[in-house]
Amino acid sequence: MYYRSLFPRDLFAELDRLQRGMQQPFDPNPNIRGLTRGFPALNVGGSSQAVDIYAFAPGIDPATLEVHLVKGMLTIAGERKVDPVPEKATLHIDERFAGRFRRVVSLPDDVDPNAIEAKYRDGVLHVRILRKEEAQPRRITIQ
Amino acid sequence: MSENPAVTKATEISRDEAALLPPTDVIEDAGGITLYADLPGVPKDKLALQVEADTLTIEGEVALDLPEGMESSHAEVSLPRYRRAFTLSRELDSSRVSAELNQGVLKLRIPKAEHAQPRRIEIQVA
Repeated sequence: MYYRSLFPRDLFAELDRLQRGMQQPFDPNPNIRGLTRGFPALNVGGSSQAVDIYAFAPGIDPATLEVHLVKGMLTIAGERKVDPVPEKATLHIDERFAGRFRRVVSLPDDVDPNAIEAKYRDGVLHVRILRKEEAQPRRITIQ
Repeated sequence: MSENPAVTKATEISRDEAALLPPTDVIEDAGGITLYADLPGVPKDKLALQVEADTLTIEGEVALDLPEGMESSHAEVSLPRYRRAFTLSRELDSSRVSAELNQGVLKLRIPKAEHAQPRRIEIQVA
């Protein structure tokens, strides 16, 4: 949140405010609160060999994470439990996600549903799905 | 700036490098405050905690094992860095901060200084 200049006749401050206002929608983090849109946040990348999905889900027991692949749809679901606030304590800032979550990613057609591996480290779930053998790039030898 | 709550939000200290704001919970009890921050992808050795005067700064670098030749097609975590600064109340003892990082969640405990601890005063019966 940016406030209007206290000196309305200061043209440069007004221009600066206007510029910031226009940049705000494109700023990766325009808000002072560190909220994300969905939980977990997902980064997706791919190469000619595999598709890589990173789910930023910190503080979760990996045994309770559910990763399913059904008909080319990858589902990441689970529940994040946050310690309850003890009695006589005050919660001043409450921004961290708590509760059940579920996110679904549609995968390309050329992935191999049998070649999938998932790792959880430092609060990030990394799901790697290899592309099918016939979809991988090959060098053709010239006779 | 610091009456109550014991911790107030402050803007980022340095704006030279863009960083993400980690979501945070702050709980205050009689003995001090507990701060939880979500820092997914930050290993222990890439986390920096700093207390300078009355400002607590949390900074962490994301270290993911990116396979070779991978091209990003969709990114919600768009920067490889987290940073957030908090102004600590004077009643907190910043010299006794304890921190633990577990699966991307940082837990900080900052006790209140001796003089700010609640005390029970014994009533002498004459």
